[in-house]
Amino acid sequence: MRPFSYERATTPAAAALAARARPGAKFIAGGTNLLDLMKLQIETPAHLIDVGPLGLDRIEETPEGGLRIGALVSNSDLAGDARVRRDYGVLSRALLAGASGQLRNKATTGGNLLQRTRCPYFYDTAQACNKREPGSGCAAIGGFSRQLAVIGVSDHCIATHPSDMAVAMRVLDAQVETVNAAGETRAIPMAEFHRLPEDRPHIDTVLPPGDLITAVTLPRPIGGTHVYRKVRDRASYAFAVVSVAAVLQRDGTGRVAFGGLAHKPWRVEAAEAALPQGAKAVAAIALAGARPTHENAFKVTLAERTLAAVISDARG
Amino acid sequence: MKFDQPAGQNAIDQLKVVGKPIDRIDGPLKTTGQALYAYERHDVQARPAYGYILGSTIAKGRIRRLRTDRARSAPGVLAVVTAENAGTVGKGNFNTAKLLGGPEIQHYHQAVAVVVAETFEQARSAAQLVEVDYVKAKGAFDLAEAKAGAGDPKGGPEQSSTGDFAGAFASAPVTLDETYSTPDQSHAMMEPHATLASWEGDKLTLWTSNQMIAWSKGDIARTFGIPPENVRLDSPYIGGGFGGKLFIRSDAVMAALASKASGRPVKVALQRPLVINNTTHRPATIQRIRIGAARDGRITAIGHESWNGDLEGGSTEVATQQTKLLYAGANRMTSQKLAVLDLPEGNAMRAPGEAPGLMALEIAMDEMAEKLNMDPVEFRVLNDTQVDPEKPERPFSTRQFVACLRTGAERFGWSRRNPTPASVRDGRWLIGLGMAAGFRNNIVMKSGARVRLDGQGVVTVETDMTDIGTGTYTIIAQTAAETLGIPVERVVVKLGDSDFPAAAGSGGQWGANSSTAGVYAACMKLREQIVQTLGYPADASFTGGRVRAGRRNVTLASLASNGPLVAEDFIEFGNLGEKFQQSTFAGHFVEVAVDSFTGETRIRRMLAVCAAGRILNPKTARSQVIGAMTMGVGGALMEELAVDTRHGFFVNHDLAGYEVPVHADIPHQDVIFLDEVDDKSSPMKAKGIGELGLCGVGAAVANAVYNATGVRIRDYPLTLDKYLDRLPAIA
Repeated sequence: MRPFSYERATTPAAAALAARARPGAKFIAGGTNLLDLMKLQIETPAHLIDVGPLGLDRIEETPEGGLRIGALVSNSDLAGDARVRRDYGVLSRALLAGASGQLRNKATTGGNLLQRTRCPYFYDTAQACNKREPGSGCAAIGGFSRQLAVIGVSDHCIATHPSDMAVAMRVLDAQVETVNAAGETRAIPMAEFHRLPEDRPHIDTVLPPGDLITAVTLPRPIGGTHVYRKVRDRASYAFAVVSVAAVLQRDGTGRVAFGGLAHKPWRVEAAEAALPQGAKAVAAIALAGARPTHENAFKVTLAERTLAAVISDARG
Repeated sequence: MKFDQPAGQNAIDQLKVVGKPIDRIDGPLKTTGQALYAYERHDVQARPAYGYILGSTIAKGRIRRLRTDRARSAPGVLAVVTAENAGTVGKGNFNTAKLLGGPEIQHYHQAVAVVVAETFEQARSAAQLVEVDYVKAKGAFDLAEAKAGAGDPKGGPEQSSTGDFAGAFASAPVTLDETYSTPDQSHAMMEPHATLASWEGDKLTLWTSNQMIAWSKGDIARTFGIPPENVRLDSPYIGGGFGGKLFIRSDAVMAALASKASGRPVKVALQRPLVINNTTHRPATIQRIRIGAARDGRITAIGHESWNGDLEGGSTEVATQQTKLLYAGANRMTSQKLAVLDLPEGNAMRAPGEAPGLMALEIAMDEMAEKLNMDPVEFRVLNDTQVDPEKPERPFSTRQFVACLRTGAERFGWSRRNPTPASVRDGRWLIGLGMAAGFRNNIVMKSGARVRLDGQGVVTVETDMTDIGTGTYTIIAQTAAETLGIPVERVVVKLGDSDFPAAAGSGGQWGANSSTAGVYAACMKLREQIVQTLGYPADASFTGGRVRAGRRNVTLASLASNGPLVAEDFIEFGNLGEKFQQSTFAGHFVEVAVDSFTGETRIRRMLAVCAAGRILNPKTARSQVIGAMTMGVGGALMEELAVDTRHGFFVNHDLAGYEVPVHADIPHQDVIFLDEVDDKSSPMKAKGIGELGLCGVGAAVANAVYNATGVRIRDYPLTLDKYLDRLPAIA
């Protein structure tokens, strides 16, 4: 860990302003990922802006009939919220499939979206990683890649986004609300929030440096059966090998997003039209163009079979 | 006390204290945080400096240039020690690679520097400022590639041959010839290797976490070229070892160097990636098994060959060990070959030999039973032997293998198993039952102890024996209480200090039987002293805190009213182990459910039936076996160090990437101990139990997965990617 200075923010706009004033500054909320990365010197911010005092920890109903989730709502509180459990079950289930009780108590909604990949080469500072050190190369390509991405990959990076929550939010068409140093707010659709690695894998999201997430909004409930199915090598406390977030309607239509496959939650709206035809038809479209490695080619099959399990369960 | 004749009736046979399920006497200290582990020894050093080890980032080659000036001038830094300024640093007998690397680098994350600072954070931060310029050399990192060039280990060929294996195998009507593999695995103990070191003049004290105090004291002396009497190790509590702490590792050596350089007590804990790449691991194996049998199921030929890799001068993983002894058969062969690999050094982990050996052999036995159209239990029962099959003149001291299998089959409901694979469903789950033999040799080791009786009638036992979470404190207290006729509350047990008499230490499941036998010997010596002093007959009894002979009796406390009575002795073992084969046996039974869509395997229930001599404490023994069964599940389903064969290191070098079972993976577990006393093992008539609980479990899981799915996997771990495409088609 490098020495850093620290301040506590007073308002969201002031926090963004403080970040602009100190290039290389980072916001810190729960710190469940950032502190680990700082200890390993994967992240070396010279300045931390603690957004803890900002409040932003409420879940409110929106005029449109949806929910506005403050960026600092903990993963535990969000998963346990009665409205979330009733109307957005996929989100609650995704959250509870992730991490551990202790981590979910500390981790926040905004922080969860911004967590970094768990690619082991990203974590080993002796290894080449374009995400950690742009231009250094990618040791994961040709290396141990079983956990890594199969679609949306580039020659520069095959990392996955590790979040379960984000996959559910993607399937719910959530929007990420932000504020910048000028006090301007934006609403970024989840579809656009996380990027693909392309030739700049060190940039995970479209959020400009210094802009602060203030909330995530969910549109009005869409009904249906909500499923989050996470496949992993042990029953708990592991990142997804593959996961499926789905909202399935009685008429066979629905929405599907995949986790564990790509640099972002992977959802192909065009594929959803094939849901009435079953998992194979959906996967054929959603995973067209997959470029797996020898070690993770099974994920393509697994994604299809997991979706089949989800459809089968939802239809009871 | 020399143990060279079968034990007769003795004080332990009273079983007033020994054999009872007494709670751990150290339990409250641990659950309330009062048991101080190596990195927390505030009691002995209030303000130590902190050391942080820098590991090599290449696997093989040398350091061209190493610059420490930036690190030295970082805030709080007291010293930076590297091979250039460390002075002469030798190597212990139990280490293969040097614990301080440079200029030659022998493996990834070999220690190349330790940075000492006032705080941990300063040391860790400054370590990043050490600049090392490496020259990489080409290394060998892939066992499958190196196997062809494998040869005999340094001590000469490791092989055995009985009868005419080749001929018998060739002419057997039913044969199996398959190859199995087990991956590199990490001990993954909860407490990382850690040491607090302090020099006073030329005397070195290490408060450390170590399973084998006497071995390690010797190796510290050897490493630094100082007399052993100038070295003290203290290791009262150990947060798991599993073989990873049998030897000194770089935490101890670098802490000692750091303390010398800084003139301060220094503590060092290995960061988790260094636990995996800097220390030892269980090496991967490739195993070929051939079995030939008559049509009635009798084995006529059995052959087991194993290959593993290690650094130059390293050793074999003796995966063929159980195959010499477990099943009958007139024609036999085993062979161990070693390839040179430049990965971190391989060594003992959680039942070395039998654990990976049975993972292969017991799948082979399952496959063979199927070829013979026999029940897997009946096939094993048919091939039981009561003598060493290589030397039939050597009987087993006790062998209740068949009883383990029969009891297990009955209690587990084995008869309800459908022998046709992939034929039982529960909703989307494919259900399977599997079983395997459990086998682990019983090793005995010389072990000493000192006992002191004080004026309050309290007996203090001192021995350098260790408790690695196994229950040693408790069974030693039980032994002393039983032998001296006092309640267990009147016994104080002090362990892990090299100033105490040298004991067996903890490893190879030899600790419990050997160390309690040593304590028994010391207690019997104390009894002799007391009886002699009192002029009582030799058969005076020790009960209720008193010595009694006829009408005479006296309290133990009164005997020490003028000062403590002290006795010291050790147990040493004669040649009973040569006349009798001493082994422990189990039957492992497992039910699994495999998700027919995703291939996820979840254990539903497990049973181990164990025959391992006298069980000294059924509660701590049961905990040992349950923990071992959990390790077996880990080995079967998830544990694997992923080798980067380009750069020569274990990639998943933390507990997020190296998965071991969590609570949610561990379902109903049951353990049954068969009644057994082994009078050839020691005066305790006990044997090892901890590792037996692991040996065979992996194959029982694999066989259950086969029964559930019809897919035979011979490469561990059985992760879903290995059979997903062979599961039933989905709608």
